[in-house]
This record gives sequence, structure tokens and C-alpha cells, in this order.
Amino acid sequence: MDKLINEFSFGLFFWMLLIFILLVILLRKFAWKPILEAIETREDGIKGALDSAEKAKLEMLNLQSDNEKLLQEARAERESMMKEAREIKSKMVSDAKEEAQAEANKIIANAQIAIESEKKAAVAELKDQVASLSLEIATKVVKDELSNSDKQLKLVKDLLNDATLN
Amino acid sequence: MQKKTLTRLLSVFLFVVSFNMTAEVTTEGEGSKDLKTEIKEYISHHLLDSYDFNLYSHDDENGEHQYIGFPLPVIIYDDGLKVFSSSKLKHDKGVAEVDGNYYKSYHGKLYKTNAAGELTYDEDHHPEGRIHADFSITKNVFTILVVSLLIFLMFSNMAKHYKKGPMPKGFGRALEPIILYIRNDIAIPNIGEKKYKRYMPYLLTVFFFVWIINLLGLTPLGINVTNNIAVTLGLALITYLLTTFTANKNYWKHVFWMPGVPWPMKIILAPIELLGTIIKPFSLMIRLYANITAGHIVLMSIIGLMFIFENWLGSSLSFLLAFALSLLELLVAALQAYIFTMLSALYFGAAVEEHHDAH
Amino acid sequence: MTIPSIVGAGLIVIGAGLGIGKIGGSAMDAIARQPEASGKIQTAMLIAAALIEGIGFAALFAA
Repeated sequence: MDKLINEFSFGLFFWMLLIFILLVILLRKFAWKPILEAIETREDGIKGALDSAEKAKLEMLNLQSDNEKLLQEARAERESMMKEAREIKSKMVSDAKEEAQAEANKIIANAQIAIESEKKAAVAELKDQVASLSLEIATKVVKDELSNSDKQLKLVKDLLNDATLN
Repeated sequence: MQKKTLTRLLSVFLFVVSFNMTAEVTTEGEGSKDLKTEIKEYISHHLLDSYDFNLYSHDDENGEHQYIGFPLPVIIYDDGLKVFSSSKLKHDKGVAEVDGNYYKSYHGKLYKTNAAGELTYDEDHHPEGRIHADFSITKNVFTILVVSLLIFLMFSNMAKHYKKGPMPKGFGRALEPIILYIRNDIAIPNIGEKKYKRYMPYLLTVFFFVWIINLLGLTPLGINVTNNIAVTLGLALITYLLTTFTANKNYWKHVFWMPGVPWPMKIILAPIELLGTIIKPFSLMIRLYANITAGHIVLMSIIGLMFIFENWLGSSLSFLLAFALSLLELLVAALQAYIFTMLSALYFGAAVEEHHDAH
Repeated sequence: MTIPSIVGAGLIVIGAGLGIGKIGGSAMDAIARQPEASGKIQTAMLIAAALIEGIGFAALFAA
């Protein structure tokens, strides 16, 4: 301890303090402040860049899922449209078929009615013609063969009525 | 194969080195005992400050002792300011006459003497007439100045690179991790995220200053700054003053009236804590001083052993030991700077701590 | 240096050496147990060792 006190040099202490304090003040102004600030801004920059990268990644993911969703929607829509179209098509086809059937049925029915009425008319005409023909024939026959015309006509008529035409 | 040749080369080298050294000693020294005292004196001289900057000395052909170096100004306040060149002191051998007063340097200190340059001693064998108001630019002051300039140039240059881009250039790339280490691993954990910024300039400066000056002490320049108690006292004093003047209420409350203990304990604890505030920087001062001094003494003694062993085995062994110790001293140079910075940060942290758990 | 002071210095060195050795050993154990906390353990170890060293030096100078 004695040696330490003896060795102590006040001049060295004085200069040491002076130079060192000056050094701290100068370095603070010219070195540490700019260096630490630069490091901090750089670190902040890196942090910000990392954050924004993370954000971009998230956004990208969102976008991707959005895209996926859109695609799915479009696919579903297409599907439903196709289905609808198919339905419409089949409906149209069946409708047309039905209509055609109905038309055909109607035509057939009309034709049948027409045929029926024609047939009836034809039958009636035939009956009349047959009647008149038979009468003419009968007259001719009876003229030749029979004297009593009334009796003869009655007989013909009975005969005709017996022979029914369909 | 390569290893073998390397070992062979190394052993040859060691042999040559040890041979050369013993050869040198046999021509120089006249006896083992004289050599021992010479080495002892050399070591104690090396540990002291001096008034001139001298790298080494040797005897020339005429048998005169020649010093290689340059003188430094001596500034003293003794009956008025006196400034003169240290070449007048002639390396402790001459007497400098300035304005009718006579001064003589002895073991790195300046004394006022009579015209013949004779020192008078007191009963403890200390020379009398010491000049206390001695503001000379001694070797250590000069070194501090040069190192400060070096540090300033180094870091202001590094700061300039940051203005141009986000990354440092050149040597700054090696320094930046150290700065970041001091910030992230010393300042922030010990002082706290909020208040560390105020102490960063001091912590960074003290770390690099102590480190570089310790490293410089390991070079063969013969400079030895941190083994002066005045230098370490200066550093520790700044730590103490910073702690004391930036301390908050909480810190003083812990010193004078420790919360969470019964009141009789508080009365006992107050002087202990108060003493502790002074012991902390005191131990900082002593630690740095003692580590560096001890390192230098041991290293130089082992180097001195090389000249005492006058055979190649002992000398080469002490050479190896000195080599290993030099490596250890390199570590100690950085470690002491780290510990000084670390403990300073710890004390600052205690001074500005906001809430504290009762213990 | 007188003989008692030399003996005292020796005792101080032994004590400080034992103390620092114990700190180092315990720190090694702690690091082996929890390697992820090695940074904090190292810091605490250095501080404790530095404090003991400080006391050791103070006593050495007193001796």
C-alpha cells in the first residue's frame, strides 16, 4: 500500500483524466453517436424489411387462397351452368317429344274422325245408291215379272233390310 | 510428414535462439549474481514511468551507454511554471538547472536537489524534495495521448464509412462486432433497454482504451501504462462519478435505508453499503493495476530466466514458457478490459435500476 | 517483505484460488446442465470471479 501511494503520480493522473474525458466527449460526438445510430437504423431497416417480407408472404398466401376460392367458385358455377343446360336440353327434348306426340295424336284423331264421317257418308250414300239401284233393278225386274207393284216393293224393302251392310 | 518437418524446424529454431541468447549474455554479463540484480533493476525500471521516451539502450564501442528514443517536455509548478526538455535530466544521471533551481529524476520521479544533484533521504529511505505539482508529459502521458489519438482516428474514420453506406469498410468490419457485443451483451443486460444509451460512449471508450493500451504494453516498445495506479484510478474515478451522479432515488434508498430488512439491520447496513460504493470502484482500480503489473513482472522474470540459465535446455524451456505466458497475457489484456467495462456497466445498472425486489 | 506478510500473501492466494476454482467448476457444471444458458452463466461467473479477485488483490496489497 505504501508503495502504491509512493508511486502515485499526480501529473499522470491529471493528464489521464483530462485526455480520457476529452476522448470520451470527442468520440461520443464524432464516432459513437454516428456509428450507433447507423447500426440502429440498419437494424431497424433489416427488421422492417423482414416484417414487410413476412407481410408480403401472408398477403401472397391470402391472395393464393383467394385465387383458389375464385377458381372453385368458377368451377362450381360452370358445373351448375352445365347442369342447367343439360336439364334445359333434356326438358326441351322431352317437351318437343310430348308436343309432337300430342300433335300426332291430334292429327290421328282428326283423321279418324274424318275417316269415320267419310265412312258414314259413304255408307249412307251407298245405302241410298243401293236402295235406288235395287229399286231400279227391282222395278225393271218387277216390271217384267210382277204386276202388282206394291206388293213387289214391299218384298224388296224387307229383303234389303235383312241384308244389313256392316 | 508436414508436422514432422515443422517440429524439426521449430526445434532447430529454438536451439539457435537459445544459443544466441546465451552467447549474448556471456559476452555482456560478468557474473550470474550481477545479472540477476541487473534483471531485477531492469524489471522495476520497466514498471515505472519515465521522463523520456526511450525504446532501448545499449553500450557503444566507447563503452558509453547509448539510449535510443526521444526526450519529452517536463512541466512542473515549483515557484512558477517551469518547462524544460527531459534531455536535461540525462536519464536519471544528470541534474537539470532551471532558473536557479536544480532538479533530478530518480526512479521515474522528479526531485528538487542541490547543485551537485545529491538526494537526501528520510528515515524510510525515501528521497526528499519530491515535486508533486509535476505535470510533465511523461512516457505514459505521451502514450495515452498517442493511443487516444489512434482510437479517435480509428473510430471517427469508421463513423465516416457509415455515412456512405449501411456497412462499415475495412477494419471497421472487425470493430463493429465488438461494438455490438458491448451493446448487446454488456450494456443492455446490465443497465437495461431504456437507459443504456447514456452510458454507451463511456463503456465503449473505456473498453477500447484499456484493451489497446494493454495490448501496447505487450509489445516490445517497453510501454506500460495500465500498471500505473494513477491511470487506473482515473478510470475508476470516472466510473464512480458517473455512478454517483446518475444514480436515482432508488439507489440511494438502497444505500442508506435498505428496504425489506428490520430497522436495526438498516442502521448496520447503511455504513457497509456506503463503504461498498467506494470499494467497488476501488476494486476496479486495483484489479486492473494488479493484473497488468503481475503479468508484466512474471513475463519479464521468465524472459530474464533465459539469460540466467546459461544452457540451451533451460533457456529454451523458459522461452517456451514466456511464449505461452505472452499468449495468456494477450487474453488477460482483453479480459481485463472486458471485466472493467462489464463491472462499470453493472454499477451503472445498479444506479439506475427502477424497481428492486426486496432481499 | 517480512515472513508473516509473505505467509499471509500465500494464504490469500490459496483462498482466492480455491474460491475462483470453485466458481469455475460450478459454472462448468451449470453450463453442462444447461448449455443454452451458457452466456448468462459465463457473465455471472466472471463477475463473481472478479469480485473475489478484487478482494484478493486488496488483501495482497495490505499484506
